[in-house]
Amino acid sequence: MTPEPVLSRNFDRLDAQSLAGYRSTGGYQALRKAFELGPVAIAAEVKAANLRGLGGAGFPTATKWGFIPATRKGPVYLVVNADEGEPGTFKDRYILERDPHALIEGMLIAAFTIGCHTSFIYIRGEYVRPWRIFSAALAEAEAGGLVGDHVLGSDFAHRIIVHRGAGAYICGEETGLISSLEGYKGWPKLKPPFPAIKGAFGQPTVVNNVETLASLPPILLRSGAWFAGLGTKSQGGTRLYSVSGHVARPGVYEAPVSITLRQLLDRAGGVPGGRALKAVVPGGSSAAVLRADEIDVTMDVDGLRDAGTMAGSAGVVVMDDTTCIPEALYVVARFYAHESCGQCTPCRECTGWIFKICGRILAGKGVPTDPDTILDVARRGTGTTICAFYDGAIGPYISYVEKFRAEFDHHIRHGACDVRPGAPASPLTGATAH
Amino acid sequence: MTGGVAAPGPPRTPPRFDDAQLAEVRRLQALYPEPRAALLPVLRMGQETWGYLTLEAEAYVASLFGLAPAHVHEVVTFYTLFYRRPVGRHVLAVCHNLSCSLRGAEGVIGYLEQKLEVQAGETTRDGRVTLLRVECLCACEVAPMMQVDDEYLGELTPEKIDAVLEGLR
Repeated sequence: MTPEPVLSRNFDRLDAQSLAGYRSTGGYQALRKAFELGPVAIAAEVKAANLRGLGGAGFPTATKWGFIPATRKGPVYLVVNADEGEPGTFKDRYILERDPHALIEGMLIAAFTIGCHTSFIYIRGEYVRPWRIFSAALAEAEAGGLVGDHVLGSDFAHRIIVHRGAGAYICGEETGLISSLEGYKGWPKLKPPFPAIKGAFGQPTVVNNVETLASLPPILLRSGAWFAGLGTKSQGGTRLYSVSGHVARPGVYEAPVSITLRQLLDRAGGVPGGRALKAVVPGGSSAAVLRADEIDVTMDVDGLRDAGTMAGSAGVVVMDDTTCIPEALYVVARFYAHESCGQCTPCRECTGWIFKICGRILAGKGVPTDPDTILDVARRGTGTTICAFYDGAIGPYISYVEKFRAEFDHHIRHGACDVRPGAPASPLTGATAH
Repeated sequence: MTGGVAAPGPPRTPPRFDDAQLAEVRRLQALYPEPRAALLPVLRMGQETWGYLTLEAEAYVASLFGLAPAHVHEVVTFYTLFYRRPVGRHVLAVCHNLSCSLRGAEGVIGYLEQKLEVQAGETTRDGRVTLLRVECLCACEVAPMMQVDDEYLGELTPEKIDAVLEGLR
């Protein structure tokens, strides 16, 4: 399946957190090579690699870098989005904790390419252990001459500032993240201007995801063509799939993006306990859900888009046949209602109302028009907001209702669940009784 | 989502930083291209010092940045990790998002509510523990999970929860 691990190559090495350990595996050789290649050749290699952003949007990385104006006044900034928060996703935590130098090396390569001398890494506030481990690795890199006034003894100066979040999903949206970095509440900013033109502190800024940056050292060490060859025509490489929910072996699985969802679930041991698969969220909770008969799709950006969903953050959440879909939507809708930043009226209001409707359906007080109301409210809000948060929220709203309509109708008609009519057997194995 | 029931505490003194902390404030303000970017780190330092952030604390921090208190208030109220009311000596934050729900988060919360004799959002009478429901902490591979102060703890069972509670003083 994966002939050799690329992004997870150091995950099981206990010494990879240390500079010596990382160096013993060829660490920081890619940075050396980057200095030989120069910015233009690096960008060409990354373009050839077909690397697409692995935080959620799937935007081609080299193209994003290319938006930085060639002539500019003042500094350009690199901001690392380590505000991992998409429900069902935990792979960036693995990189921060298990291979922090791969990220630092990737940051230095990206920074050198775009001519950036100060970068920021925005780590979600709850990630205390990842922050400690990354900070320790950074201190070692500084002491080792890898970060500072003369990176690897060159004329290239670079400093990295670690910035911690304070609890807000919206700060994973790149302009919300910039607002938060600047010391404001994490309200996304209207685009244009895009961050590449006017980003952090009003300067041209590239915001890249942790995994995206950690992909750079292997690309430079091998080649862009090699990385591209691991994936599909439009997306190169492997990526880290976070698999959770009703699977035998939840965890991070590295696989080429050409892997099918069925193959990925098999690697994670499938649905345990002799139960059947019911539904899978393929790319974090904002991705439309897939039914059990829809899992023969490739997990690349275009493959999942063609299947009516999205690759997103590659957070795969598996639901077996004991799952009550209206309840799952209630949980998801609660999240979006809680995390809507409140800036745009359609998002603030629609996420709140849909959560309330889901609540009354679960409470046995739904009315027959509720499923259509959810669909209507979901569709009216889309495309009317500053950022993609609401467009993400409608992924689950619409797909859960459309694909499992009968369950919603049953709840409304009978005031009870037909999937799990009995009370949970154990307080820790059952979900909400309703 | 901040603590619900006020925990008893010592009489409050006005929230102020000491000289070393003020030096740290100035260092942070100089670290960034614009001093305001230090607001979140300084508010965190304030919370670590004072336990939670009162309106008085917000006004004090605002004065260190030359900001109106309202501008600090809108930041404090935006983020879940800033507490505006007292919390217990320990905070248990249980994830109730999708993967954890599928693997029994509601059971975990119910079990903790029963053991601690509080509802989620409240603090125990002795000020020992605040129990919170939180959104995805991105450790779904060990669902159901919670954050116990700084540490993540997953694959929760009644036995594991009992052991954790036992260790909290």
